[in-house]
Amino acid sequence: MTDQSNPPPKAPPRTVPVKSATFDDVTLSEIRRAAATGIYDIRGGGAKRHLPHFDDLLFLGASMSRYPLEGYREKCGTEVVIGARHAKNPIILKTPITIAGMSFGSLSAQAKEALGRGANAAGTSTTTGDGGMTPEEREHSNLLVYQLLPSRYGMNPDDLRKADAIEVVVGQGAKPGGGGMLLGQKISERVAKMRTLPEGIDQRSACRHPDWTGPDDLEIKIQELREITGWRVPIYIKVGASRPYYDVALAVKAGADAVVLDGMQGGTAATQNVFIEHVGIPTLAAIRPAVQALKDLGMHRTVQLIVSGGIRNGADVAKALALGADAVSIGTAALVALGDNDPVWEDEYRALGTTAGAYDDWHEGNDPAGITTQNPALAARLDPVAAGRRLANYLNVMTLELQTIARACGKSHVLNLEPEDLVALTVEAAAMAGVPLAGTSWIPGRPD
Amino acid sequence: MTTATMTNTGVLDLSALSLREANETLQAATEGAFTIVNPGGRHAIACGLEHPVSVTIEGHTGYYCAGMNKNADVTIRGNAGTGLAENIMSGTVRVTGDASQAAGATGHGGLVVIEGNASARCGISMKGVDIVVGGNVGHMSAFMAQAGNLVVLGDAGEDLGDSIYEARLFVRGTVARLGTDCVEKEMRPEHLAFLADILKRAGMDADPRDFRRYGSARTLYHFKIDNAGAY
Ligand SMILES: Cc1cc2nc3c(=O)[nH]c(=O)nc-3n(C[C@H](O)[C@H](O)[C@H](O)COP(=O)(O)O)c2cc1C
Repeated sequence: MTDQSNPPPKAPPRTVPVKSATFDDVTLSEIRRAAATGIYDIRGGGAKRHLPHFDDLLFLGASMSRYPLEGYREKCGTEVVIGARHAKNPIILKTPITIAGMSFGSLSAQAKEALGRGANAAGTSTTTGDGGMTPEEREHSNLLVYQLLPSRYGMNPDDLRKADAIEVVVGQGAKPGGGGMLLGQKISERVAKMRTLPEGIDQRSACRHPDWTGPDDLEIKIQELREITGWRVPIYIKVGASRPYYDVALAVKAGADAVVLDGMQGGTAATQNVFIEHVGIPTLAAIRPAVQALKDLGMHRTVQLIVSGGIRNGADVAKALALGADAVSIGTAALVALGDNDPVWEDEYRALGTTAGAYDDWHEGNDPAGITTQNPALAARLDPVAAGRRLANYLNVMTLELQTIARACGKSHVLNLEPEDLVALTVEAAAMAGVPLAGTSWIPGRPD
Repeated sequence: MTTATMTNTGVLDLSALSLREANETLQAATEGAFTIVNPGGRHAIACGLEHPVSVTIEGHTGYYCAGMNKNADVTIRGNAGTGLAENIMSGTVRVTGDASQAAGATGHGGLVVIEGNASARCGISMKGVDIVVGGNVGHMSAFMAQAGNLVVLGDAGEDLGDSIYEARLFVRGTVARLGTDCVEKEMRPEHLAFLADILKRAGMDADPRDFRRYGSARTLYHFKIDNAGAY
């Protein structure tokens, strides 16, 4: 018989096993991967870590002292003109949401076509990328921005003269200071030919331009580009967000008509993970210094600021514009609208050792959605017409969301949004965006 | 492209005309011969030409002279600044004196002749152009050179052909140091024949047998951990 008052001895209570916040599962798996392979991790996409972002800002909306506009009845303009500083033919966008530069090579021809179709329907521009301009993308984009990159792959004066604008790429938010890479799996015969490289090799793009170094040289380079194109088209300079005040000031000095500023959340086709996650600053932190540089030079709204890196919806667009941008650019979100990372392909993502929403091995060319690939069978899965329609829908939704917010703030044009319309939810965001912490008049780092 | 033939032979004086006016005239002409006087080291002279016109520049030019040239034949009787004939597609660009950095950079085709010396990074990222240099070339020449030929009658500076792809390099003099993944290669009959032809086209008097050939060892074509030290 057991004595109820004397329970048998048990193991003493123990603390549940604790995993380190420093050495978390992801970190541990990366150490094991590095130890096994001896090579750094390369992936696509932008910074995945949590960063201060547009979600940390809110609009105040109209109140006793501000009149809202009537939704659907009172006009709220969205048209934006880019590049009137020097160009005879500036770009006129119906909506201030453009498609960022993504190369043919990193994307399939079908994906490039779909981007053009979607952008056309929404009245906005698309951009070429490292590797040159394909006839298809020129044909399917009413407004096409032609990138001049350090590699100069596929660069030629005929395409330059066909472009509606030229974008001199100094850097990208995902990798400020880094060159490009396109791994052999994606160097198909056509991609190799366009880049004048052997098929199937791992291709490296330079990180510095071959024929100019500093901003003084760039000024002369821009003069050459203008002479070749008869001063017709705008010339943008794209920089990754790192020292935005100085970079924007120097871009203006070099003669840019517009500056594209890409924050660290900005996507890439293929870059070292360590680069993506640890170099550059968040989009939110970059906008105010950039706008300040333009204002200090008397160039705000004369030289347009196009902001990219983690733009997902109309609210993000509205916040970027309120902080002083003239337009935004989207890469990742546009690919998602086409069908990237769609759960319909979950079985195939599983087979690749990942899951929908996390798939970022865009450099490997096995994209089940047929977007970041040169494999003809996979690429054929994307119907450019239907995908273009989805992108157009998405761009239209973002524009409507942007107008909804602008009207709520009493603005008859989206460019009338201003920092005064915003507050921040966190001290960090308040400091970076230069707007008060909600419910206070406190802007960290600013004298009262 | 205009179908009407526009011949406009004449002298363009850059002390009287703006650069834009001079370039507009050159770019619009579909044939003919022009002389540019008083270039004054101006940048971007005769860039973006598309048609088989002939242009002689009497004096020194600044950056990007004859940039992105197609079909035209441009001669600079003087020295040329940075980025001479950058991204040239076709045609010929000749300098009677020296050329500064990045001459013939990223050129896709055509012929660039530098009768004097070329500075650093001559033929950087070249993609098919032929470049003939009568004198020496500076350091990092043919860096990441993808295709085409660089022929140097004098000496080459340090790190010639660093990270080179499929371009061919021919040097008659000494090479201070070869760049990463650039190696000496055997001179075969086809190379001698090629040299004889290009030297003739460049108007250079040299014996093909005096040259050595350099090109890619192709060890950097795939990211491999064993190459980590080379990157
Ligand atoms: C697949 C892919 C390819 C890209 N290729 C280029 C390129 O060739 N040149 C360039 O300047 N930026 C390139 N980018 C960066 C985009 O232009 C843009 O800066 C970035 O995607 C914006 O951030 P988001 O992706 O968060 O919208 C690429 C981005 C992606 C996702």
